[in-house]
Amino acid sequence: MALQSLDILRRSATPTPTPQARNPQEVAKLIDTTVCIGCKACQVACSEWNELRAEVGTCVGVYDNPTDLSSQAWTVMRFNEVEEKGKLEWLIRKDGCMHCADPGCLKACPSPGAIVQFKNGIVDFHQENCIGCGYCISGCPFNVPRLSPADSKAYKCNLCSDRVAVGQEPACVKTCPTGAIQFGSKEDMIEVAQTRITDLQSRGYDQAGLYDPAGVGGTHVMYVLHHADKPTLYSGLPDNPSISAVVGVWKGMLKPLATLGVAAAGLFGFFHYITVGPNRADDEDEADHGTPPLPPAKGTKNKERENAL
Amino acid sequence: MPITPMQVSRRQFLKVTAGGLAASSMGVLGFLPSEALAEVRQFRLARAKEIRNTCPYCSVGCGLLMYSLGDGAKNAKAEIIHIEGDPDHPVSRGSLCPKGAGLLDFIHSPNRLKHPEVREAGSNSWKRISWHEAIERIARHIKDDRDANFVTKTADGVTVNRWLSTAMLTASASSNETGILTQKVMRSLGIVGTDAQARVCHGPTVSALASTFGRGAMTNSWVDISNADFILIMGGNPAEAHPVGFKWAVEAKKRGARIVVVDPRYNRSAAVADEYLPIRAGSDIVFLGGVINWLVANDKIQWEYVRAYTNAAFIVKEGFGFEDGLFSGYDAAKGQYDRSSWNYEFEADGTTAKTDPTLQHPRCVWNLMKAHYARYTPELVEDLTGTPKDGFLRVCQHLGSTAVRDRVGTILYALGWTQHTVGAQNIRTMAMIQLLLGNIGMPGGGVNALRGHSNIQGLSDLGLLSTSLPGYLTLPSEKAHPTFADYIAKTAPKAQAPGQLNFWANTPKFFVSLLKWFWGDKATAENDWGYDWLPKWDKMYDVLQVMDLMHNGKVNGFIVQGFNPLTSFPDARKTAADFAKLKYMVVIDPIATETASFWQNHGEVNEVDTASIKTEVFRLPSSCFAEEDGAIVNSSRWLQWHWKGANPPGEAKTDQEILAELFMAVRALYAKEGGTAPEPILNLSWPYKNPLEPTPEELAKEMNGRALADIPDPKDPTKFLARKGEQIPNFALLRDDGTTMSACWIFAGCWTQAGNQMARRDNTDAGLGNTPGWAWAWPANRRIIYNRASCDPSGKPWDPKRTLISWNGTAWAGADVPDFKADSPPADGMNPFIMNPEGVGRLFCTDKLVDGPFPEHYEPMESPLGTNPLHPKVVSSPAVRIFKADRERLGTHDQFPYVGTTYRLTEHFQFWTKSVRLNAIAQPEQFVEIGETLAAEKGIQAGDWVQVSSKRGHIKAKAVVTKRIKALKVAGRTVHQIGIPLHWGWETVAKKGFLSNTLPPAVGDCNTQTPEYKAFLVNVEKIGVA
Repeated sequence: MALQSLDILRRSATPTPTPQARNPQEVAKLIDTTVCIGCKACQVACSEWNELRAEVGTCVGVYDNPTDLSSQAWTVMRFNEVEEKGKLEWLIRKDGCMHCADPGCLKACPSPGAIVQFKNGIVDFHQENCIGCGYCISGCPFNVPRLSPADSKAYKCNLCSDRVAVGQEPACVKTCPTGAIQFGSKEDMIEVAQTRITDLQSRGYDQAGLYDPAGVGGTHVMYVLHHADKPTLYSGLPDNPSISAVVGVWKGMLKPLATLGVAAAGLFGFFHYITVGPNRADDEDEADHGTPPLPPAKGTKNKERENAL
Repeated sequence: MPITPMQVSRRQFLKVTAGGLAASSMGVLGFLPSEALAEVRQFRLARAKEIRNTCPYCSVGCGLLMYSLGDGAKNAKAEIIHIEGDPDHPVSRGSLCPKGAGLLDFIHSPNRLKHPEVREAGSNSWKRISWHEAIERIARHIKDDRDANFVTKTADGVTVNRWLSTAMLTASASSNETGILTQKVMRSLGIVGTDAQARVCHGPTVSALASTFGRGAMTNSWVDISNADFILIMGGNPAEAHPVGFKWAVEAKKRGARIVVVDPRYNRSAAVADEYLPIRAGSDIVFLGGVINWLVANDKIQWEYVRAYTNAAFIVKEGFGFEDGLFSGYDAAKGQYDRSSWNYEFEADGTTAKTDPTLQHPRCVWNLMKAHYARYTPELVEDLTGTPKDGFLRVCQHLGSTAVRDRVGTILYALGWTQHTVGAQNIRTMAMIQLLLGNIGMPGGGVNALRGHSNIQGLSDLGLLSTSLPGYLTLPSEKAHPTFADYIAKTAPKAQAPGQLNFWANTPKFFVSLLKWFWGDKATAENDWGYDWLPKWDKMYDVLQVMDLMHNGKVNGFIVQGFNPLTSFPDARKTAADFAKLKYMVVIDPIATETASFWQNHGEVNEVDTASIKTEVFRLPSSCFAEEDGAIVNSSRWLQWHWKGANPPGEAKTDQEILAELFMAVRALYAKEGGTAPEPILNLSWPYKNPLEPTPEELAKEMNGRALADIPDPKDPTKFLARKGEQIPNFALLRDDGTTMSACWIFAGCWTQAGNQMARRDNTDAGLGNTPGWAWAWPANRRIIYNRASCDPSGKPWDPKRTLISWNGTAWAGADVPDFKADSPPADGMNPFIMNPEGVGRLFCTDKLVDGPFPEHYEPMESPLGTNPLHPKVVSSPAVRIFKADRERLGTHDQFPYVGTTYRLTEHFQFWTKSVRLNAIAQPEQFVEIGETLAAEKGIQAGDWVQVSSKRGHIKAKAVVTKRIKALKVAGRTVHQIGIPLHWGWETVAKKGFLSNTLPPAVGDCNTQTPEYKAFLVNVEKIGVA
């Protein structure tokens, strides 16, 4: 069994405990909206590092582009023009995964090992285990994960776990021109936030504060806000995020039921396999649901698949 | 907040079940997923080759780390797979803006050119040709046109050796090494119709700052911005155009500085400033003149500084005056000033200027200035600029607070000031303010001109402008310098105050060393060092002048190197029509440009009749930054060396190779066939090891210069300062007797006997963020120019917390290289502005600018008021040069009631990044910005399609309706402004769009002809719904 480059705190749908003896540093990303210029360097660096390319979209009358998160856009800038106390402000927020200490996505996920929380605080999606059910999306209080139309697997920011694992900062942090995104131990980031809040208060922002919501156990991506009393001003950042009640119900009641169902299905499947043979998805079914082609292999079957799609 | 509803399809349900099956089966059987399945993605750069480079976009000059496939083994083909910031770089510290962060997709853009191509006359397609064919055909065009149209002598018999019927544009993103080779080849051919992007960009900066301080460059450095107490951002938008340089403004703010943004629109710089104030585009001099008036009226003046280091006490000649909007000496028929009255009164010796240190003389500069700006009251400022008076007064107070020894303010500006008919004067006004406040030469102070392109500073330094030569020497003029003796006599000034360094007195040493570089052994004392082989100009052939000649059918050839003039020049429809009059065009570029494909019909975006266009167009693929070695100069004058990471795609070649092959082919034709004026071509020095491919190292060493004979030490004749063949250590060694050569004297010191100084990477902070061991800065590795002025006349720093240099009793020394004679004691009275013959900074800039020694407000050529309340008889600048065809294309405010202003967005760089997928994703489609009030009047909603039109054409774009552009009250009426981002075209991976420069007029700054892109008249109509 391999030793992990990052120690695991928990895995989705996996009851067995992970090794807990090591105690790595908890990390956090601090996004200071008050010095963010919305340049989108973080968006671009994220896509470049993670080898993602969203579609070239259109202008919908605002600066936001891509207009929403997707499997090819793990972070987007959201712009909002507000007039607070007669003063025009352009509030710009980098949206993406918050890496909750109590991750709703992980709790909702029925597939073992598809969502992993590392002890340093990173919540990572492991697509090879993802079954594309979308429960993580429902479970997320920040509406972050997105299913890929290409492979029906869920994707989101992984805080560049590959970079952090070798001692580097995430790509968005490194590139940020104004230092609006910083990275370090969670403790240090809270300290940095405090100095920023003091400075903002000296400039008349008496409601400046840190966004590290307790409803999800705190987050490993935190914001400094000029108006911490009104998070929703920042393109709908939730005031008091918490894990959806549905996830609670799922955990408490539905999951045992489902497990029973699954066991039954498993039994059926086993006999079905023995007596009939393996199931095959028909092409129309795949096409209907926008499921993309599997990696092409040799043979006529794949040609048909291409034609069908 | 919306939660995506859970949608479980049949297929997904089956998957859940299947997944559950797998999980529970494994659980039952005791197999849980192995930990390996929870491993993170492998770090993909562990053993990739790392190469250092510099970002090719703006002038911040951020450090890049490029990673290439393979470890450099011969059998592995290097390919750049990832680029991120260089954390060691003292300015960027690992950061990159969205352009820099997306460079990978620039290198691999589908729009990269891979093979030489030609578009034959009348054809509607490109045809691939060999390099051999391309070079042979172009060389033939060049020779035929040059032979037919070359001007050897004027009617008066002055040798001028110029060739006007072919013009050339040069590339602001190319390296110094490409730039200097271009200078050499171009002038040997006799070309004077030439410009780099500086002409459409920061030309006025050079005029304004050189006429005030002596040099035309950004005074301080990027990191130094963090030393400021107050930062005014006006005429620029660094958060969008220079995001990583802006880091240091944010850093200053984190240390307590206040930032105010004054701009027609609330932009991304404003988003993080302490205050934003709106202003009507084109009224900046009213605002800044108002600041001068307020500082004088409220005695917020750094008096010690002003008395010692400015020309406040200098007495101006009798006869100088200003009345009803005109300075003395105006010739209405010519539309020009006779500037002879704009000068000092001199002592009997004819060179020493008279002064009145008591400032009582009615004609001393101080009193003239005070009177000139007394008209610019806060009320007038509010009335003409639309800026609220209280906000204006707060800016005055912020600036005024720095008129003391221990507080410093700075200004960050760019094209928002340069691209006006009064461009140079906008900047002059701020330069005057900074002198009055004692902020020049100070850490955290200065006038920070944020240059636009990665090497436009370098190309300006290398003289790639119509009438320039390297190192800010002038190209000889047929009127002023018919002979070498005239040139020497008129370009080396005499000191105008006692004991001043008057550095330009050394001009002959620089010029002769330059001629020795041009002509090598062929340059001798007998032939005046080959002086007559250089072309001489009769007038400036800036791009607007060249386009007017083209319009009138007088230009046959256009060589376009790394420039996209169809998108960058004003009045794009006229530009396209004029290109069609060319016989041949040669485009050298790494990517496809609209210029090269101007003959292609793209519907409404480029409505042309392809078949009728007979221009033969050659498109030659060149390498990009990642595929070559060389140096580029950032805005802070740092020459930074970069290294090649991979070969260019397909058959693309470096610019040096392309130039050399072309030149060798032309020279071979002249050697074989003879022709008109072959001497400059045949005598050009070409000492390169491989004549077809001069290397960056060879060219960089030539720019530094070397001794052509032993240079004896004047203090000890038994010693030598340099032996024959050695690289010289600095420009002090240059000689006017032909024993030294240097292609660009200000770069002397960049590649010495100690090696390549531009490649240095010691980022140690020597104090106040100054990193003298990183790369190399001209002049003489000085990082903050005029730094002698950071000390009081006795040699003590004005502010001990901001000690950069000081007099230590025997010499000037400190964290920076003194911009001064290092051993001149304070008691000797040498003053800090060593390039000016009077040694001081100029509040009154004498006759150095064509449109006045004091800035005055003139309306843009297209004014929304149609009058100038200050002097209704003189509305726009009386010194504007505008061609007849362009004057006919000016609109008026009754037809085009709104003010249009163009600008960059942070997601894009000019017209390149539309070919870069990552940037196209970040900002995919053309839009214009319209304030909510005007949008409501016109029924325009966010996302609607609108048409914006001027007298010259129209564009169609999406509407961004915003609170960030407010309607302004100006001179009793409402003025609406419309924001027009650049960046779109048809050679693109983004959405196809119109050329924004269809809209602005072809009229330029009076001094430099930089076009007025920032204030012109438009109309707007809704044409479609979102």
